[in-house]
Parts: sequence; structure tokens; C-alpha cells
Amino acid sequence: MTMFFWALQLIFVPLVSPFFIGVVRKIKAKLQNRQGASIFQVYRDLWKMMRKDEVISSDASWVFRQAPFIIFAVTIISGLSIPIFASFLVNSLTGDLLMVVYTLALGTFFLALAGMDTGSAFGGFGSSREMTISALAEGGFILSFFVVALIAGTTNLFTIVETNIFLTAKFFLPITLAFIGFFIVLLAETGRFPFDNPATHLELTMVHEAMILEYSGKRLALIEWAAANKFFIFLILGANIFFPVGIAQTADFKAIFIGIVVLFFKAFILCAIIGLIESVMAKFRFFRLPDLLITSFILSAIAISLI
Amino acid sequence: MLKLLLKILKTPKQVIPETTFSVKTEEVVVLGEKIKDKVKKLFNGSLAIRQVDAGSDNACEQELVALSNAFYDIERFGIHFVASPKHADMLIVTGPVTRNMAEALRRAYDATPDPKIIIAVGDDAINGGIFKGSYATLDGIDSVIPVHYGIPGNPPSPKTILAHLLNILEKIEQNKIIKR
Amino acid sequence: MTIEINFFILIALYVCGAVGALLFRKNDQIANWWSGIMAIIGSLWGIVFAINSFLHYSKNIFTYDYSVFPLLNLSFHIDQLSAFFIFIISLIALFCSIYGIDYVKHFYKKYDLGVLGFFYHLFIAGMLLVVSATNGLLFLIAWEIMAVSSYFLVVYDRENKNNVDAGFLYLIMTHVGTAFIVLAFLIMYVFAGSFDFTAIKAGLVSMPDFFKNTIFVLALIGFGTKAGIIPVHIWLPSAHPAAPSHISALMSGVMIKTGIYMMIRIFFDMFSSIPLWWGIVVLIVGATSALLGVLYALTEHDLKRLLAYHSIENIGIILLGLGSSLIFYSLGNLTLAIFSLAAALFHILNHAVFKALLFLSAGSVISQTHTRNIEKYGGLIKYMPLTAFFFLIGSVAISGLPPFNGFFSEWMTFQSLLQGIASTDIFIKLIFVLAAGSLALTGGLALVCFVKVFGATFLARPRSEIVKQAKESSILFSLSMGALATICLIFGIASGYFGILLTKISASLNIFQNATLFFNESINGSLITPNGSATVSAPLWFIVFALILILVIFWVKFLINKNQIIKIGATWDCGINLNERMEITATGFSRSIVTIFSHILRPSIQHEVEYNDSEMRFLHKSKIVRLEIHDVYQTYFYQPIHKLISILSSKAKSIQSGNINIYILYILITLIFILFLL
Repeated sequence: MTMFFWALQLIFVPLVSPFFIGVVRKIKAKLQNRQGASIFQVYRDLWKMMRKDEVISSDASWVFRQAPFIIFAVTIISGLSIPIFASFLVNSLTGDLLMVVYTLALGTFFLALAGMDTGSAFGGFGSSREMTISALAEGGFILSFFVVALIAGTTNLFTIVETNIFLTAKFFLPITLAFIGFFIVLLAETGRFPFDNPATHLELTMVHEAMILEYSGKRLALIEWAAANKFFIFLILGANIFFPVGIAQTADFKAIFIGIVVLFFKAFILCAIIGLIESVMAKFRFFRLPDLLITSFILSAIAISLI
Repeated sequence: MLKLLLKILKTPKQVIPETTFSVKTEEVVVLGEKIKDKVKKLFNGSLAIRQVDAGSDNACEQELVALSNAFYDIERFGIHFVASPKHADMLIVTGPVTRNMAEALRRAYDATPDPKIIIAVGDDAINGGIFKGSYATLDGIDSVIPVHYGIPGNPPSPKTILAHLLNILEKIEQNKIIKR
Repeated sequence: MTIEINFFILIALYVCGAVGALLFRKNDQIANWWSGIMAIIGSLWGIVFAINSFLHYSKNIFTYDYSVFPLLNLSFHIDQLSAFFIFIISLIALFCSIYGIDYVKHFYKKYDLGVLGFFYHLFIAGMLLVVSATNGLLFLIAWEIMAVSSYFLVVYDRENKNNVDAGFLYLIMTHVGTAFIVLAFLIMYVFAGSFDFTAIKAGLVSMPDFFKNTIFVLALIGFGTKAGIIPVHIWLPSAHPAAPSHISALMSGVMIKTGIYMMIRIFFDMFSSIPLWWGIVVLIVGATSALLGVLYALTEHDLKRLLAYHSIENIGIILLGLGSSLIFYSLGNLTLAIFSLAAALFHILNHAVFKALLFLSAGSVISQTHTRNIEKYGGLIKYMPLTAFFFLIGSVAISGLPPFNGFFSEWMTFQSLLQGIASTDIFIKLIFVLAAGSLALTGGLALVCFVKVFGATFLARPRSEIVKQAKESSILFSLSMGALATICLIFGIASGYFGILLTKISASLNIFQNATLFFNESINGSLITPNGSATVSAPLWFIVFALILILVIFWVKFLINKNQIIKIGATWDCGINLNERMEITATGFSRSIVTIFSHILRPSIQHEVEYNDSEMRFLHKSKIVRLEIHDVYQTYFYQPIHKLISILSSKAKSIQSGNINIYILYILITLIFILFLL
């Protein structure tokens, strides 16, 4: 029985992540008074990309060719290590919060290398910007997780989620501050406003897109899918670690069903907030972003001292 | 900002419905070989377009940009514009290829992965248009890269472009009007 | 053979190697091979000795005492900590020696290889004596041997004036550090009556607090100079690049750790009670060194200087573990103190391995391209694929990414800092929070730096003609680099086992001897924190990741769209011809971070323009742009001290009048003074 739930957890993130990208795009389209693409459009895009041929640059080495597989595998193993809908699937072996943070950093490392590999100017500065933002975001990321780890007394994500004391008055303020700090890091790591515009065509303004300009066909599909997975993983972390309401604690189908429905609900709210932010605000100038990331770090530090 | 959000909710939906597109099959200008059905089915739900400006007077570009606004909303058909030719399925080329852009156009064509569709938008791109015979242009794209279809007009309105695009992908012809 | 004899054979092997190299110095080839083979035999013997010590002995391995002079006893005491350091020294020396045999071939006919072999063996023997000596004078002699022989190795390539200057600075700084250490030992002698560590241990119990604090400060500065903490680090970035690459690997991976070894020996083995502020000072020093080390590394584009700054950063991380251990001990939390010390020891081991790997790969690249400037590299992955692969593994390890060993020692350090936040009050809690923040930021910035180094060196197109003549280095290079890379992976996967081993080593130190401790056993090879609050399993992560990767590759490549055709084309260049100036440079890559941290790094830009017509000043004929980083330590730290010493010296000069009668008066005054004292 548990094997079935583990299998479900394995395929849940790659299966559902394009849906939420579609949801954010739909919300943005509605706010622009357009109809927009359907919420399942990303599935169609991925399917089509998989069936196309590829053109690979002659300057590229094996790092460029193998990086999409490594990046995609990183998102899958991260998906296995976080509590999605069940906290009874105790993963005390890879479910440590530092493990998840650095596993995602492994993906960013290889993506940045792949961006530099073809020797195009866009890939180079895209890698530079992405690594700068990612380096500064790590502080806020780890510290915001440390807040919940200190409250729960452990750094195992599944055990944190089982400790259901977050919405008590005592920890309300630290959790809220830590969540705001984490939200800024979510926007930074997944390449959303005000850090990066995922829909831009202007290469000089790109951060994430610039690194993948040289990919095509199956490898492009894997990278786009991995980006969607990463977005969904951050949504899950934001929804479940800070507000672990409704997560299944017993191994029966009803609890799992409720867990998945509540997760979708929380993720919808987060997507709505992100869609709203992307529609009312402009992208920040690059050198204003460190201020935002240090703010995230300071908020988490204050939250720790409030515990 | 609240006023802005309220305005969004109050403005009526004014996207042009698909039923008003009326382009008959014979109007599609086929310049090179016709695309196989298999390829068209591949792009039916999702099409990535890269627009290449081969020395155009920007009239067609303005009409193409208008395709993404709230009236024509090309995104609802699964069609979107991309930045790199390596991500693209279809190259939309405008302008009567000037001498300086010939090599760039060829490189964009080489960089686009197969299977791909090449469309020439505007009379300039099809046969040189108002610049025909000039010493600075090569009179139409088909002298540089193999073209599949052309959309005539100087420039064609966004509605014409959209109708022709959907026709090329054979959405209208088979009467499969997708209800949105 | 008893264990004592084994140890002396170990030292004798190196002495024999040194003497033999000198004897054979007329013939380059024989000298090189003799010193290489003897070093390999010696390091293998050392590894076996260390592993034997762990397997068969529990706490103290042996003590040997032989009185030569009244103060100087030839006393050696190998306990678990010394055996651990002997293991590290021998492991790295093994691979550096294998590498060195081929590396020094470009010194044939140029310099005296017998001398190189002599000092190389003396250097390693000095390090082994440092970690096993238990008499203060013997320790100082061994320390001097280590310092002086490494000086000669740094200035070995003496035709380059920069190397000679770097060696001179290194010699001065290491002797300044030694002066502080000598002062510390002298104070200990006064209270203990002898230089033996055991006598000092007894004497320290009754020492007044003022002297204990003085010894702490002196030891921190003295051993910190060897270790390379900020601000006494200035010799590191010049000395490590100047030495031959395998010596740089030994110096950077092992020699600077001997400073940390002595710090552990003094603070944990000799003192029996530690005030709280010691740990806080060490923690702050560690956090600052880590952050500043990696920031300065980002500004460098000399490959070996960059790696030297990363050594400073990692010493900072080790000091974070050490500092939190001191704080936990003074707060009475012995279990956590042992855990933090184990974290520091694990990082010492891991850093030695991946820093040696990186220096050896850098040496391989430099020996083929004859320049250390990263901006001249590019596209080397096509010319030197093996070196590139091993450098990539070293980069992933030093950035602290799973499944390699760097991640697990940083994990342990993070966990100890987190426990520190959890178990302390508001003021110390804030220091721990800042330390954790600096560790996180350091990890992120190290990632940036190694993407920059690997990308600019190996990827994309060649930036200069030198690259195109590079070829893959010899088999011995690849063998040593490959072995170190494999060890990185193995130490990472076996981190659970190492955690337990290192906890046992830490618990064997004198300061913890009266504690009753409880540790969880490792399940599934995982690392566990003392109270069971966190676990991470390296073998499982590795197996799951490998399975997923194989599954994804198989599924995408062979199941979906098998008939896909991959065409090799050109990089999309928007129609312009790409040349090597369009790739991102290493300077450009890190420029954003330098600008963000400009208040700390003080970058400066200078333009020099030459005009075609100097009156009209319209068209440039040539323009030179200089990007520099202001050296704050010279300006605010060393220059003032220099000035102060100069002023004091010129004031003291006034007693030198040149008149012999005044000097006789001085002698009379001193004599009367001493007679009154006695």
C-alpha cells in the first residue's frame, strides 16, 4: 500500500507541474482582459517539443548535452523528498531540508554551466545573473526554513509537517515573517517578477530564458518541464511547510484525497498571488534585487529571534 | 490600483471570435511545397513562432504584434512567439530580403529544428512588393530559403494573418471550431 | 613490529628519501624518480599506519619519550587525533607524489631536482613530526622544519621574481606567527615547569585567567597565521600560486591544517575549562574569513590565486565548527561539542581531498597552456577532457553539492549551528544566526565562483591561441586526479561511517574524558545529529539519484521519439559572426557580485586613453581599462603597524649615540639592575 503512495509521490510533481504554470498564465491573461491559452497548454507544448528534432551547436560539449537530464532528475528526486500530500511517508533519509536546498542548487549549477557552454553572449550573462541571484537567495532560503525547523525541533521536512502547532498565537508572527522571506526566495529561484520575466523576448532582460536559448527538441522539453517542476516544488514547500493544514497523516485513500485537494487549493491561492504580482508590477532593475534578497534574509533572521 | 482591477472586471470581453474568420481554401498562397498533414497535426495544439525581420518597413511587424493583444489574442489557439529560432516551429519572415539580411536569414533557417514551416507575410516577402527590382533587395524570401506559404497584403491586417494561419493549420477548414 | 617502530620507519623513509635525493642530484631523472618513489612508499606506509591505529587501538596509540637535553625530550605521542592527521597527510602526499613525478619534468635541466626532492621529503617529514610531537621544543623544531622547507619549495622556480617576493612574504609571515607561538609556549613553560604537553596540561589547571586568555589570543594569532585566517592571510594568495602545483596542493590541503590541529590540541587537549568568549571569537573569525575569502576569490582571474582564496574560505568554515564546539563546551553541552568538532574534522579531511584535486587539475591545465590567467582559457574540455571531468568533480565537491563529500561536512556544520541557535540565549543566538547566514551565503558564492572558473576555463570556444596547442596530460596526472575524484565520491557516500569515526576521535580528546555520552548508531549509512533531530543518508540519495537519472535518460532517449535526428549547427548568433570576444569573460561573470559587494571589496576602475590628436581629443587611438581591488589589509592593518614600528625604532635609535663611554655606562646600569633582581 505504501509502495503505491510512494509511486504516486514520484510521478505527482512531473505530472501536475505544467498545470500550475498554465494556471498562472491564465490568471495573467484574464487580468489583461484576454482569453489566453488553456490551462493545459503547457502539456501540449511539452508533447510537441518532444517530437521535434534538435539542432545542437558545434561548440557545445557533453555538459550541454547531459545537463537537461541531470536537471530533470534533480527535480524528480526533490519531489520525492518533500511532503506533498502525506506526512506519513516518512523519508528520514533524503527528506532533510538542507538536502533539498542543495539538491536544487545542483540543478542550478548544471543549468548555469550549460548556459555558458555554447559560447553565446546571451548564455554567458544569463548564467552570471542567475548565479548571482541564486547565491544571494540561499541565505534567505535556508534561514526561513530554519525558522520552522527550530519550532518543530528537527530539520526533517516530513516531521516538521506533522507538528501541527503552526497556527497557534505563539508562533504566528515568526511563521508569517518566515513565509514572506520564503516567498521572496520563491520568486527569485523560479524566475518570476520582480526578478525575471518568464515571457520576455528581449534577450538583454532575460535571466533564466537566456541560458536555454540554445536548446531545442527533447532537451528543451526536459528543461521547460524541469522549470515547471521547480516552480511546483517551491509552491508545495511554501504551502505545506509553513501552513501544513490538511496533510494526510494516515495511510488511507480518503486522507490522501483530502490532502491533494487542500494542496491544490493552497497552490491556487499562491498562483493567484503570483499572477497578480506579475500583472501589477514591473521587473526590478538588476541591482535593486540584492536589496530584496537581503530583506528576505533579515526577515528570516528576525523571525528566528522571535521564536 | 483598485480602480484598475475594477476596470478589468467591468470591461466587456471583446476578443474576436473564431467564427468570424472567413478565408476560403483557395485563398491560401502556396509558394513552395505544401506541408504534410503529419506535420500540421504536430503543431495543431501548440505552435511556436519566431518572427524574422529581413529588412522590412515594419508595417507587417506592427500587425504581427497586434496579434497578441486582447482583440485577436493569438495565444488562445496555443500559438505563441518565441525569442530563439531553436525554440521555433514556424519562421514568419517579413520584408524583401535585403542584401545585408540574407546571411542572417539563412542562419536563422539553419538554426530552426525540423520539422518547420516557413511563412512569408506581406507582399514584400512574397515577391518584393513595392521594393521589387531594387538593387538593395533580393525580391522575396524564396531566393534565400525554401518557403512554404505566403500571406498576401501590404500589410495584411491581423485578422487576415490569423485567418490564414489557422487555415494553414487547417483548423477552420475541417470546421473544428474550438469553443473557448 | 611494534607500532613505535612503524612510526619511526615512517619518519626514516622520508629522511632517507631526502638524503638520497641530494646524493643523486647530478642526474635529474634518477633524483626525480628516487624522490617520487620514496615519497609514494612513505605515504603508503603512513596510510597503513594510520588505518592500523584506528583498527587496533582505542584511544592512545603510543607514547615515546627519550630525554636528550634537559628541556628537549624526543617525545612523541600518537593518539586518535594525530593518527587522523597522519592519515590526511599521507593520503594527499601519495597522490601529490604520483603527480609530481611527471609534473617536475619541465624543471629538468633548469633547476636542481635533487634539492627539490630533499626539501619535499623534509616538508612532509616536518608535517608528520608536527602532528606527533608532544614536547614543546620538539614541536617548535618540527614547525620550523616545515616552514623553512616549504619556503624553499615556494621559491623553487626562482627565475620568476614574483615567486621570490611571494616566498619572502611567506617567510616573514610564518615567522611572525611562530613568534606568537613561541611566546605562548614560554608562558606555558613558566606555569608548567617543562615543555612536555602532559606537564603543561597539569600546569594549565592552576594558571590565572589573565594568562589563559593571553595564551588563547597568542595561539589564535600564531596558528591562525599558518592557517590563513583574515587578516593574517596575506601570504596565502601569493605563496600558493608560486609553488609548483603539487606542492601547492600539499600546502593548501594539508599544511594550513596543521595550524588548526595545534589549535585543537591546545584548546581541547590542554585546557580543561574554556570561557564562553573564546568560542564566540573563533566563530566570528571563522564567519568573516569564510565570507571574505570567497568574495576575494570571486575577484580573481589567476587560477591558483583563486584556489588559494578558497582555502581561506574553507578554513573559515572549519573554524565555524571549531568555534561552535568551544561555545557548546563552555555552556556544558558536551554531546553537541563533540558533534561540532567532528564536523570541523570532517571538513578538514574533505577540504584536503578536493582542494588537492583542484590544484592538481589546475596544474595540469597550467602545464599545458603556460599561463595562469583564466581569461586566456576557454574550450579546454575538447582538448583535455579528462582534466575537465576531474575539475568538474572537484568544483561540485567544493561547492558543497550532494553526493560529494563537501556537502556532508557542510551539513554537519549547519546542523551544529542550528543546534546552537536552538539551545542558547538571545545574544549568542544572534551570533549563531549570523554565522549560519554567512555559511549559507558562502556556499552560494562558492557555487558562483566555480561556475565561473569551470565555465571560463573549459567550456565554449577558445579565447586565445594558446589553448589550441593544449593536449591531455600524461597518464600519471590522470591517475592521481582520478583517484582523488573517486575518493571525493566515496567519502561522500561513506559519510555516515566517517561521522561515527570522527565522533569517536573527538570524544577521545582530554577535555571530554569525563563525559558520559550517548550517540545514535548510523542506520542505512546515514549521518545523524546527536539528538536524532536530523538524518541524511548519502548512499540512499546516491542510489536513488543514479536510478532516476538512468531512468530519465533511457525513457527520453530510447522510448520517446526514437527517430529524432540531431543536427550539429552553429550557435545562434543573430546573424553576426561570433568571435572569442563575444563569450562572457571571467571578470564579466563576477562583475555583478563585485558591484553588489563594492563597499567591502572596493573595486576601482582606471581609464588610460591615448588620443589620435591630443588637442582635439576626439578619436581614441588606444584605451586601457584597469580593474583593481583595493587591498584593505595593506592600507588599514599592515601599513599602520609598519609605521608604528618605524616610529618606535627611530625613537629607540636615540640611545645609540656612538660614544663608547655611554655604552659602558649602559652595561654598568644593566649589571646593577640584574644584581638587584637576584
